[in-house]
Amino acid sequence: MATEAHGAEEGSSLVFHPMDQFIVKPLFGGTEVHWYTITNVTLWMALTIVAVLALMVLGTSGKKQVPSRGQSMAEMAYGFVYKMVEDVSGKDGLRYFPYIFTLFMFIVFANVLGLLPMSFTTTSHFAVTVVLALAVFLGVTILGFVLHGTHFLGLFWVSSAPGPLRPVLAVIEIISYFVRPVSHSIRLAGNVMAGHAVIKVFAGFAAIAAVSPVSILAIVGMYGLEVLVAFIQAYVFTILTCVYLKDALHPAH
Amino acid sequence: MEGDIAELGKYIGVGLTAIGMGGAAMGVGNVAGNFLSGALRNPSAAASQTATLFIGMAFAEALGIFSFLVALLLMFAV
Amino acid sequence: MATETHDAVEGAAHAAESAGMPQLDFSTWGNQIFWLIVTLVVIYLILSKIALPRVGAVLADRAGTIANNIAAADELKQKAKDAEAAYDKALADARAEASSIVEATRAENAEKLKAATAEADAKIAAKTAEGEAAIAEIRAGAAVAAETVAREAAAEIVSAMGFKASDEEIAAGVSSRLKG
Repeated sequence: MATEAHGAEEGSSLVFHPMDQFIVKPLFGGTEVHWYTITNVTLWMALTIVAVLALMVLGTSGKKQVPSRGQSMAEMAYGFVYKMVEDVSGKDGLRYFPYIFTLFMFIVFANVLGLLPMSFTTTSHFAVTVVLALAVFLGVTILGFVLHGTHFLGLFWVSSAPGPLRPVLAVIEIISYFVRPVSHSIRLAGNVMAGHAVIKVFAGFAAIAAVSPVSILAIVGMYGLEVLVAFIQAYVFTILTCVYLKDALHPAH
Repeated sequence: MEGDIAELGKYIGVGLTAIGMGGAAMGVGNVAGNFLSGALRNPSAAASQTATLFIGMAFAEALGIFSFLVALLLMFAV
Repeated sequence: MATETHDAVEGAAHAAESAGMPQLDFSTWGNQIFWLIVTLVVIYLILSKIALPRVGAVLADRAGTIANNIAAADELKQKAKDAEAAYDKALADARAEASSIVEATRAENAEKLKAATAEADAKIAAKTAEGEAAIAEIRAGAAVAAETVAREAAAEIVSAMGFKASDEEIAAGVSSRLKG
């Protein structure tokens, strides 16, 4: 009943609704989404695992001195994230390299798989990115307190600033610290969602004969941009994780 | 009729919020442009600062994404 | 007309409710978070247990191989340098030998030349001496003949003038004149 009304509404304006692609629906019938239901989220996350497995395990199974193409890509990804962690967080940040690499691989593959036509983009959902960002935020905060105790609060007390300004700066620092997970999560989901929604909007225009060449060209352009965004957002998420990790490891402001 | 006015206000609000993304565009362009002018003065130091470039772009862009989010919330959630 | 717009608005509102922003449909959050955590744990285990140690080992291995190869290349380079030095040395030796041979030959030739010159000189000197002796002999012969002629002429002259003189006196007088 609801879907019927929905379909009728669509027929009058756009061919499809630009946000329909983000609907979470069960794969094997039913409409209820329980926490254990196997949904399209499950499917695309499983495909992400498969992609990571294919690149990082099957690709490197040769363990060759002179790498094959797959192994070369896996090594490139490894070296890229390893260097990032080392440069930004310092040598002692390398202990957390596996977790950061996990984040990077998950986000980059979820973004890229989400670019396939008819796919579902798991990273476009706030539920996913908020959990990712909160995990980083809580992990980094707890790590900071475990490593430095109350010295970690020195992060908010800018000792290089003139005395009267320090409380004001401390308030600003605390606010910016707690805004971190918000911007961290919304940046990723917002970028991915915005790109996909814009592509869908152009795809809706493509049904109108007069503007369809323009809109198809626009889809091509946006798609190229989205490929770029998929990588850049994974990179940015990872590098910000490294920056926050550096703050936890070396809180001296 | 009341519903129509509410719809009208909603869509006007969405349009106004979208202006915020222009600000983010200017911010990101500013970051990239300044990076480029600095990089051309001292190309040898540029490679080590690309991480900073992306962090700066990410921060500048985040605010635009916030305004986009507000637009989406107005469109679909309010 | 009014009912139509009303229907449309209601339809739109309904659509927004059902499809509006699936991200804000909190009933699906539990599902997504559950599967996300499962996914992250699986990826973490795959990476930290299998992939990362393997890639790290391959990279370390390769770095070791490259270092070894560079060391081997350095060794070979050193060898090549040594070989070049040996070659240079052999070349220099050969050159020195050749020049010494040239020097010896030249000296020998010079010696021969000197000997030949000396011999020739001696021969020439002998010939000269011989000639000089002949000339002296001829000159002596000439002097004796002149004395004889002079003595005979003097004796003729003396006799023609009517004087008498012994041969000894004439000879003494001629030879004293010839000498004086």
